[in-house]
Amino acid sequence: MTTAATPRKLPWWRTLKGREALAGYIGISPWLLGFLMWGVGPMLLSAYYSLTEYSILSDPVFRGLDNFERMFTRDKLFAQALRVTGVYAIVTVPLGVIVGYGLALLLNQKARGLSFWRTGFYLPAVVPGVATAYLFAYVFAHEYGLADSVLQTIGISDPPNWFGSTKWSLPSLMVLSLWGAGGGLILYLASLQGVPTALYDAAKVDGANAWGQFWNVTIPLTSPVILFTFIMGIINSFQVFTSAFIITDGGPVNSTLFYVLYLYRKGWQQLEMGYAAGLAWILFIIIFALTILVLRTSSRFVHYEGE
Amino acid sequence: MGNPAVDERGSVAVQRTSIFDLQSPVVSRLFWRTVLYLLLAVGLAMFLLPMVWLVSGSLKPDGQVFTIPPTFIPRPVLWANYPTALAKFPFWISLKNTMTIVVGVLVGRVLTASLVAYSFARLRFPGRGALFLIVLSTMMIPYHVVLIPQYLIFRDLGWLDTPLPIIVPNWFGGGAFFIFMMRQFFMSLNKEIDEAARIDGCGFFGTFWRVILPQSLPALGALSIFTFMGEWNDFFAPLIYLNTEEKMTLAVAIRTWQFDTNLTYQAATWPELMVMSTILTIPPVLVFFFLQRYFIQGVVVTGVKG
Repeated sequence: MTTAATPRKLPWWRTLKGREALAGYIGISPWLLGFLMWGVGPMLLSAYYSLTEYSILSDPVFRGLDNFERMFTRDKLFAQALRVTGVYAIVTVPLGVIVGYGLALLLNQKARGLSFWRTGFYLPAVVPGVATAYLFAYVFAHEYGLADSVLQTIGISDPPNWFGSTKWSLPSLMVLSLWGAGGGLILYLASLQGVPTALYDAAKVDGANAWGQFWNVTIPLTSPVILFTFIMGIINSFQVFTSAFIITDGGPVNSTLFYVLYLYRKGWQQLEMGYAAGLAWILFIIIFALTILVLRTSSRFVHYEGE
Repeated sequence: MGNPAVDERGSVAVQRTSIFDLQSPVVSRLFWRTVLYLLLAVGLAMFLLPMVWLVSGSLKPDGQVFTIPPTFIPRPVLWANYPTALAKFPFWISLKNTMTIVVGVLVGRVLTASLVAYSFARLRFPGRGALFLIVLSTMMIPYHVVLIPQYLIFRDLGWLDTPLPIIVPNWFGGGAFFIFMMRQFFMSLNKEIDEAARIDGCGFFGTFWRVILPQSLPALGALSIFTFMGEWNDFFAPLIYLNTEEKMTLAVAIRTWQFDTNLTYQAATWPELMVMSTILTIPPVLVFFFLQRYFIQGVVVTGVKG
């Protein structure tokens, strides 16, 4: 190390590597800042609020685990919200995947006018949630809605009061959700078209019939996309809000009290922000746990190329 | 086809037996094609029927909305429902509010999501892999967990009842999903072109601006479509943050209108609600029809690799 050499030794941020790294950090800085300001910070705050009684009008008061104790031991509406949302998810997520995948399979039979069919089936998925809600309120209106007037025309004199009955309100919302099942179509089609035809030929040589090809070639090769849409379906179904809020507002008798609707009521109608923060954390934990569970169990069924 | 050698009666007989002969490959194919198109047509009719019902409901007189048996073609077709509803409902203000949010979110997202994604895709820096994993894992955090503190922060900033709480967070990377989408796209671009630009003396950000972005129009198209649809359709955030009718987006304004009892606007009738729902539906449907290519690319890029 002589003084003559030092002019050539640059500080790290002037070196090629250093400049690239610096540019990289500057480049991601919007995200990093946002992550701290709108992500980590609020998450920590909301974890704290969940341990407090916070009526928004006065300062939060620390109450330990009181909110959670109340949820799991005394709050009947919390249990109801979990039940409603859980039943809804269990029915609509698998059915939604089956309907979407089934449509994609039909379209993948070299149907003519593919883009026409695809557009048609996908269309309901781009209809705004608010419009969907009003539309279905109208379709399922008692006696005079589309559903009931068809039923009466074919001779059923006492058709159900769909959204007005505790028995039918949740199933009606499930139908609404399945109406958008074509939303998975684009992904399923793309992955079905990605299955190499050579594999089908090989299966035929091995004597596989259509069912065998479907079960041993099509399903395994498209399973990653099925898994992806399944997980997204779970995440979305636990966050249902718009349709229930507009059509039934949780009723009748809390038969459609979805989880996020309950959270909204607690936070913005009853101004129990601490309790609402606790509800949000439970929601996060449920979604997280279900996602991990599905990912874990799926490794036995899902086929990834190159394995 | 005019084969003179074949006896006419004989050929008819052959056709007769073969039409019901499902073992014959031609007939079997015909049979299954018919079943396929029948299934598709019935399915499509079921999916589109509610939409026809929506539009037809918007054109009926108030008293005719509910009839047995259901009528799909209103008599008379009441086009006047549209101007009436638009006059009663604060349509233009709500539309302006909606578009303010769409544009505000879109500009922030285009600029920052692509910059962040470019840095993750092309620049090497210590901790890059770990940081990108964090980006991906934030996709799993439900909005509701951060909602309450964010709401309180925006309240303290005096931003309630303004579009800022919805717009501003999108100027910080635009959300993990979009960072991921843009990164996937940048990774698929040819590296040699931007390396050549670097050698020619273009800086990192100059390369991004002048070489990468101009190649990224399809991805930016998909991003814009998703943003438009997301913000146009969004209900929860505007419901939380926008409280006065002069500030509401279309989606929340319609719902408020349904229950409106103050004197400013008359409450909606059923056909008028259908009118507004139809109007709310038209832009996303048009965007989907005409920009389907970008839309589909975007879905596939994020979904298949996701």
